[in-house]
Amino acid sequence: MNIAVLIKLVPDLVEELEIDATGTALDTTWLRLIINEVDEHALEQALLLKERGGGDVTVVTAEGDGAEDVLYAAAAKGSDRLIRLRGISFEDAPGNHTLARVFAAVLRDLEPDLVLTGVQAHNDLDGSLGPLLAEEMGMPYVGYLSGVQTEDGVCRVMKEYPGGLAAEMEIALPAVLGIQASEEPPRYLAISRIRQAMKTATIVDREAEQPDTTGAPGVISMFTPEVGEAATMLTGADDEVAARIVEILSEQGLL
Amino acid sequence: MSDDIHVFIEHLRGEVAEITLISLAAARVIAEQTGGEVVGVLLGHDVQGLAAGLAADRILSIDDPAAGDYSPDLYIATLAGLIDSQTPRAVLFGDTSMGAEIAGCLSGRLGLPLVGRCHTVRAADDQIRVVSQICGGKIFVESALPESTVVVSMVPGGHRPDDGRSETAAPIETIPAPAFGEPRVALKRYVEPEIGEIDITKEDVLVAIGRGIQLEENVELAEELAQALGGALCASRPIIDQGWLPSSQMVGKSGKRVEPKVYLALGVSGAPEHVEGMASSATVIAVNTDPAAPIFDVAHYGTEADLLDLLPELIDKVKAAGAG
Repeated sequence: MNIAVLIKLVPDLVEELEIDATGTALDTTWLRLIINEVDEHALEQALLLKERGGGDVTVVTAEGDGAEDVLYAAAAKGSDRLIRLRGISFEDAPGNHTLARVFAAVLRDLEPDLVLTGVQAHNDLDGSLGPLLAEEMGMPYVGYLSGVQTEDGVCRVMKEYPGGLAAEMEIALPAVLGIQASEEPPRYLAISRIRQAMKTATIVDREAEQPDTTGAPGVISMFTPEVGEAATMLTGADDEVAARIVEILSEQGLL
Repeated sequence: MSDDIHVFIEHLRGEVAEITLISLAAARVIAEQTGGEVVGVLLGHDVQGLAAGLAADRILSIDDPAAGDYSPDLYIATLAGLIDSQTPRAVLFGDTSMGAEIAGCLSGRLGLPLVGRCHTVRAADDQIRVVSQICGGKIFVESALPESTVVVSMVPGGHRPDDGRSETAAPIETIPAPAFGEPRVALKRYVEPEIGEIDITKEDVLVAIGRGIQLEENVELAEELAQALGGALCASRPIIDQGWLPSSQMVGKSGKRVEPKVYLALGVSGAPEHVEGMASSATVIAVNTDPAAPIFDVAHYGTEADLLDLLPELIDKVKAAGAG
């Protein structure tokens, strides 16, 4: 089983997000990029499949501050091949139509049986990557998955619906899958193992094809919503805030 | 290209998704600008009754026994054919488990632009403007609706579901199902929701924990508060994915929808996927050290106190008040 995992880097939402002088993009001066959380689940699911049924895992990402760390961490966890696309950077927040085209160009050479990607990223403005990639590759797609099993060339997936309902589906390979959650939480990694991977693993740089960027909307403006206009803010020392919350609960007849 | 706006009527096991009503409301805003009609697209088997009560000018119904349950391949191929023949100005989907993949695949297959995470549409200067909500609700992006046929995926929060309802029944036009080969994706079975020890949809008080709880051992503290309040503990997705609480206690898009009297959100950022499941709570109290956390948008009361400092104080005071 030849499994490819696509990883996107996205702005860390814990940091303050600022809009740049053009008013149409995030200010990248202090922007910290981290791995898209569900892509970490996609990687974990790929490693679980490899451990169960054999095969190899290729991780593909593009440029951006932190891309190397993400790739070395993937190697330390058990990935076999690391590919970084040059000439396209997550700092420029490329659209998924663009990313699907450049990723597809690399994947065609790899001939994967399965392509796993996180079902979405918080900065998707033109749909999620998986379906667009699947169409580029001419493969079927199914997303919102929280389980993947492969046996004798048959792939069974668990698709999540609202309210906790799920559907088991069978998908013909090769296929692209959008992972919501891996069957096990992403494995913990000691820093020492990443350091070790930095010495032993090799990142293969590939030049991205000059991408066709059509398909995404043109941004007119970007703005932050007025947060907390409706909320009454409780301030003061912790015991004062706690006392006020107890008052509110009492007013609701709950205490 | 026609001036009509198509809305995919998302339904699962006999129920129309609320996002369809929201999409119909948004489609009406676009149709008023283009001068076209709002057309509901209903794909399935024996489901025409679901069109009742929807605010569409007309319904296009494709009835096919093979489409009785959602099948990505078949739905995408059928809708691709429909868009080709009808060339609507826009096609709206919910940004859901079902809608997101149909929208993405159609955009890729037909070479159509896609505007995702659409929160609000409005008319401005003879243009149709779309506001998308990204970065966990922290950033809004305004764009002009592309001038060709465009695929749009909708998120809740901007348009009211009630504006997508109507007392008047829209006329239904049935179009034949296209021939379709063996689908590459097939439904095998449904797996019913896990039944937990507690039903969080029936509780008056919910204490919700998010990433801000930081460590598994802190979950106990929140549990202690929930018990002191006579309520239950629930959580946002990251907590469930860590395995710290069972999935039956997840609130949000793929979890439960809850409407308690009080929803006390501890370290929950308020990403749209979570808010979808708790926005109807009567009173929301949010504790989060990040003043820009979108949870304060839906909260009635908020505090930037550190929850790990606040929790022991709160537990003591609740116990004292409860005992009194």
